[in-house]
Amino acid sequence: MNDIVLEARGIVKRYGHVTAVAGADFDLRAGEILAVIGDNGAGKSSLIKVLSGDVVPDAGEVLLDGKQVHFKSPHDAQLAGIETVYQDLAMAPALDIATNLFLGRELRRKGPLGSVLRMLDVKEMRAQSRKQMDALGITTLQSITQPVDSLSGGQRQTVAVARAAAFGRRVVIMDEPTAALGVRESKGVLDLIRRIRDTGIPVVLISHDMPAVFEVADRIHIHRLGRRATVVRPGDHEMNEVVGIMTGALPPPAMVAEAS
Amino acid sequence: MSEQLQQAGAKAAEVPDTSGTRAVTIVDRVFRNPVLGPLAALILACLVFSVLTDNFFSADNFSLILQQSVVVGTLALGQTIIILTGGIDLANGAIMVLGTLVIAKIAADSLSLQLPALAVGLLVCAALGMVSGLIVSRLGLPPFIVTLGLLTILQAASRLYTKETVLVDSGPLTFLSSGTYLFGYFRITLGVIVVLLSVVVLHYALTRTAWGRHVYAVGNNELAAKRTGINTQRVLISVYVLAGVLYALAALQAFGRSPATSPNAFPTANLDTITAVVIGGTSLFGGRGTVLGSYLGALIVLVLQSGLTQAGIDPLYQNIVTGILVIAAVALDTVTRKKAR
Repeated sequence: MNDIVLEARGIVKRYGHVTAVAGADFDLRAGEILAVIGDNGAGKSSLIKVLSGDVVPDAGEVLLDGKQVHFKSPHDAQLAGIETVYQDLAMAPALDIATNLFLGRELRRKGPLGSVLRMLDVKEMRAQSRKQMDALGITTLQSITQPVDSLSGGQRQTVAVARAAAFGRRVVIMDEPTAALGVRESKGVLDLIRRIRDTGIPVVLISHDMPAVFEVADRIHIHRLGRRATVVRPGDHEMNEVVGIMTGALPPPAMVAEAS
Repeated sequence: MSEQLQQAGAKAAEVPDTSGTRAVTIVDRVFRNPVLGPLAALILACLVFSVLTDNFFSADNFSLILQQSVVVGTLALGQTIIILTGGIDLANGAIMVLGTLVIAKIAADSLSLQLPALAVGLLVCAALGMVSGLIVSRLGLPPFIVTLGLLTILQAASRLYTKETVLVDSGPLTFLSSGTYLFGYFRITLGVIVVLLSVVVLHYALTRTAWGRHVYAVGNNELAAKRTGINTQRVLISVYVLAGVLYALAALQAFGRSPATSPNAFPTANLDTITAVVIGGTSLFGGRGTVLGSYLGALIVLVLQSGLTQAGIDPLYQNIVTGILVIAAVALDTVTRKKAR
């Protein structure tokens, strides 16, 4: 269960004179939720963008299942099975839930209706969307045909996560999924993250929300000054210790290779 | 969607509901249909003028209004798809007029040159659409500025090309006016049938194909569309080129209405089409709207003109009414958008 799924070695990313990522390493193991934390400006967003294909690194390599990959765009990463849920949710608000789930990956009707007239298989996409919501135990959405702008923040987050889980065959990356949510909505999303992990897809969780990180993470990757400072298990440390390591107030302890 | 996920779902806990979202009922769906507003306005306007004037309610008058709708109606379709992506086209009338001039000049010598002339006109219009599309998508310039510049250039270019009125002979170019069909008392020209067909085909493409959904997605949230893997540049360019093709079709419709063309023709086509699109319920902010609504919007303007003329009201009041309608339609859209957020 502890095979490395996604790995990065010596990643460097500069923006002009600013070095955002200075030789960072990263590893994500099968079946785990790996939280990535770090102070503002520590370079964790840039590192994550490299993994999700949003940014091409200046140096270093990324390996998926042990094989080197070169993502030039988020689309490349998606094709490789890596889905990202962005903080500002990548959704078209005027379109309905099912349409958003399949946006960019629409299913066409079989036969000449699809191949000649390019007709979409709306029924099938709606059916699969419902199945996906049921599979993830999502009961907060009344209808798959509701436009996304009629949903609450938590419901939108749920749809974005469901989309990532549906198409993320290898890895799901989530950028601050609970940032804009209330306590109860956060809990719903955290449950959802656990359920994705339980289906066998490892999850990378970027978050400032320490209680959330300690609640769901199997391991915590602490990023500092453009590098990985260490990786700890949430059970081994208090929350304020981890914050101390993150800010440099405490020396980083030895890295743990796997969750307990 | 994997088997694993479904197994996980079986043991999944219920996520607490955190908001009061209304159930989607059939009544909701009818009232949410964006075509309902303009359709109701059109019917209401027809009813009012039928009661108030003696001559409005006649098959001949309705036939005439439909025939008057073909040019602006076709241009409005191109305008709609561009506005759906969050853009706007101020040059549509100028592109079409240059198209008619190119066609007329080439076809001037011989009837047999009409079809090749049409092909050249189509290429010119599509290429000009592509120019806007490339500048908007590749350089990221605002469509308002790009098409304003193109409008200025094309107006001058058309006058440099020819300063006079050019006539085309009856032939393939005027065939849209030649066929007339009687449906009961209604006299329907081929041009009317073609504009209705254009509406239907475009409506299908926008609502039933992946391309259509990508057009809405680009207008809704371009960054989001890009992140889901949609090639947003290609979508934008395809929209501007298709709009150019529709402007060429509008040029053909114009010959169906009148065999004469000049650089001074259709001076307000850009604003007329924006008026039709807005009255038809399409949001100027992009991502919401229908081509069917835009065509109804074009009809509403014509019905107002016809009705107010029949009622003996000064034509200047027609413009005042149209202006009020435009502002009211945008106000409605803005209020709806604020509620949706």
